[in-house]
Amino acid sequence: MTTLTLSKALNAGLRKALENDPKVLIMGEDVGKLGGVFRVTDGLQKDFGEDRVIDTPLAESGIVGTAIGLALRGYRPVCEIQFDGFVYPAANQIVSQLAKMRYRSRGNISLPVTIRIPCGGGIGAVEHHSESPEMLFVHTAGLRVVACADAADAFAMIQQSISCDDPVIFFEPKRRYWDKAEVDTVSGVANALRLDSARVALEGTDVTLLAYGPLVRTCLESALAARQDGRNIEVIDLRSLSPLDMDTITASVRRTGRCVVAHEAPVYAGLGAEVAARVTEQCFYHLEAPVLRVGGFATPYPPSRIEEHYLPDLDRILDAVDRTFGY
Amino acid sequence: MTVESGGATTAALNPRPRETTQPDQLVQLLTPEGERIEHPDYPLDLSAADIRNMYRDLVLVRRIDTEAISLQRQGELGIWASLLGQEAAQIGSGRALGPDDMVFPTYREHGVAWCRGIDPVKLLELYRGVSHGGWDPKEHKFHLYTIVIGSQTLHATGYAMGIQRDGAVGGDGVDGGGAEAVIAYFGDGATSQGDVNEAFVWASVFNAPVVFFCQNNQWAISEPLEKQSRIPLYQRARGFGFPGLRVDGNDVLACYAVTRKALQAAREGQGPTLIEAFTYRMGAHTTTDDPTRYRLASELEVWKLKDPIERVRAYLVRTGQAEPEFFAAVDAEAKEVGARVREACRTMADPPPLSIFDNVYAEPTAILREEREQYAAYLESFEEFGGAGR
Repeated sequence: MTTLTLSKALNAGLRKALENDPKVLIMGEDVGKLGGVFRVTDGLQKDFGEDRVIDTPLAESGIVGTAIGLALRGYRPVCEIQFDGFVYPAANQIVSQLAKMRYRSRGNISLPVTIRIPCGGGIGAVEHHSESPEMLFVHTAGLRVVACADAADAFAMIQQSISCDDPVIFFEPKRRYWDKAEVDTVSGVANALRLDSARVALEGTDVTLLAYGPLVRTCLESALAARQDGRNIEVIDLRSLSPLDMDTITASVRRTGRCVVAHEAPVYAGLGAEVAARVTEQCFYHLEAPVLRVGGFATPYPPSRIEEHYLPDLDRILDAVDRTFGY
Repeated sequence: MTVESGGATTAALNPRPRETTQPDQLVQLLTPEGERIEHPDYPLDLSAADIRNMYRDLVLVRRIDTEAISLQRQGELGIWASLLGQEAAQIGSGRALGPDDMVFPTYREHGVAWCRGIDPVKLLELYRGVSHGGWDPKEHKFHLYTIVIGSQTLHATGYAMGIQRDGAVGGDGVDGGGAEAVIAYFGDGATSQGDVNEAFVWASVFNAPVVFFCQNNQWAISEPLEKQSRIPLYQRARGFGFPGLRVDGNDVLACYAVTRKALQAAREGQGPTLIEAFTYRMGAHTTTDDPTRYRLASELEVWKLKDPIERVRAYLVRTGQAEPEFFAAVDAEAKEVGARVREACRTMADPPPLSIFDNVYAEPTAILREEREQYAAYLESFEEFGGAGR
């Protein structure tokens, strides 16, 4: 076990992937000498060369479009989109090309492309640097969408995403890049949880609290605070947003009878809406309260001096938890 | 500024091109009258049989196209994108390809598909609504048709970057000295797309072995070239840092020669070339389009005189390289191919409904399995009443 920040764990995972498969490439803006604006690819170009760790021109559609071509040639490109709000110029290539090629080709073509996107707010950034665009991709059939929440998962999940034969949109919680955790860098990913599985991050009995990415830590902190008030919250890290691991979710909700979903993305038509609908269908007779959602407002992301009001925090999450006991 | 008349506004919004192409900038090896002319940069070593084969290609793909239009009119196809008028650009460039070269087409490259050995019936699948792409791109080195304008130029460039990483560039193509190139097809309208411009940037800075083959057929549905560019399209290449040239797109020999040379340059590691094949879309954009709403019949008449097939026929007859029996045999074969395509289209089966759920992911997800099972059960529920749900 090694103690690593989430950012360093991703770096270690990428390094393993580059070592294990000569077809793995890294491409993006500033990923080479600079090591990426968050230093996730630090040192990789030095060790693997400019042909495998590629500083690209500044055009996101070009990054994803050429990655598709490289994948058609047998490569496994890992694209870095520098910030969440910069992914939209690549939307056509991701949604209309990357996601649909297997279907279009009736299974003749696999595009094992991973697209890493630092996501979410809380770092005091300017506009376009704090967004949570995951639902655009969750609603696109053909893509897998995952979000890591801690260093151990980051290390394993990035490798699993790269070796996956489907395209994967890989969200990285940028305000957690510097969070440290124990990472087993030796035994590799053989014993890791499946990429499409949710994980019970904290066991509890009274209410199921679902989150992913940056809010997993917030939810764990909320659960610990609630223990002091005698409320026993189970926290589930969804990890995979598409497909959703409904089995883990419903098993928990059937035990607790209550469910709250938290995300930074707007509540309106967010992942919580899909979870609520499915939990209601599948756990109707077990529910003591409606599934409640807590998340961003139906607004663009606000200026950073007031972002704390937009981002769900411990108090807003516990407020939603409390409300599930009011029915 | 006050705009005083509608005319002034129009002039301001539609500036005339500042430069025009001189006739000598157009690479041409066969005039519309069928006369062979030499070009110092493009010597041609095609045999009489080679040229007869190209003539055959041109006639057959036009016949397939005509047949497809009829099939659409009769309700057998949902839509068809005709290549009428662009046969030479496609056959010339298509026949210049080596077996290992990779093609990234738009949705109109029926002639190139023919050169890559794709059964025309496979093309009809897409337009009939039976599949989104009916062939294995790896088998034919011909990627699936791409419908979003210009997207495939980036795929072509990325693929070319893969060729570089495989060490399959710079060799002579023999004894393991691999040499492969990529060709990306697109139209004049596509040159305005960001993706095409990004592909130019990428190909240039990475020196990727890709040939950009632009069929300038003068019209992007209803928009004339003047809505896309104030300079001749081939001149755009210079700003990106690689050579561009304009070829007579209705001259199959010239299209063959310039493409062969550009592909060879790419294989040798000299990087990309932009070829602007100057041609004309003789038909509608697709069968849903009505070009009489936006262009004059007189324009069509001018281009009819530059027909890509007639000039080859005239050349073969004049030089005694083909007998009347040859032309009769080609016409008979065209009739046969047309009949076969027609029959195959009309008897093409719809895919089974549950195939909707296939090939979304490498393995079906739990949600897909559930939806498939539920819908299968729903369909089954009609079985008791004679399977009405099917």
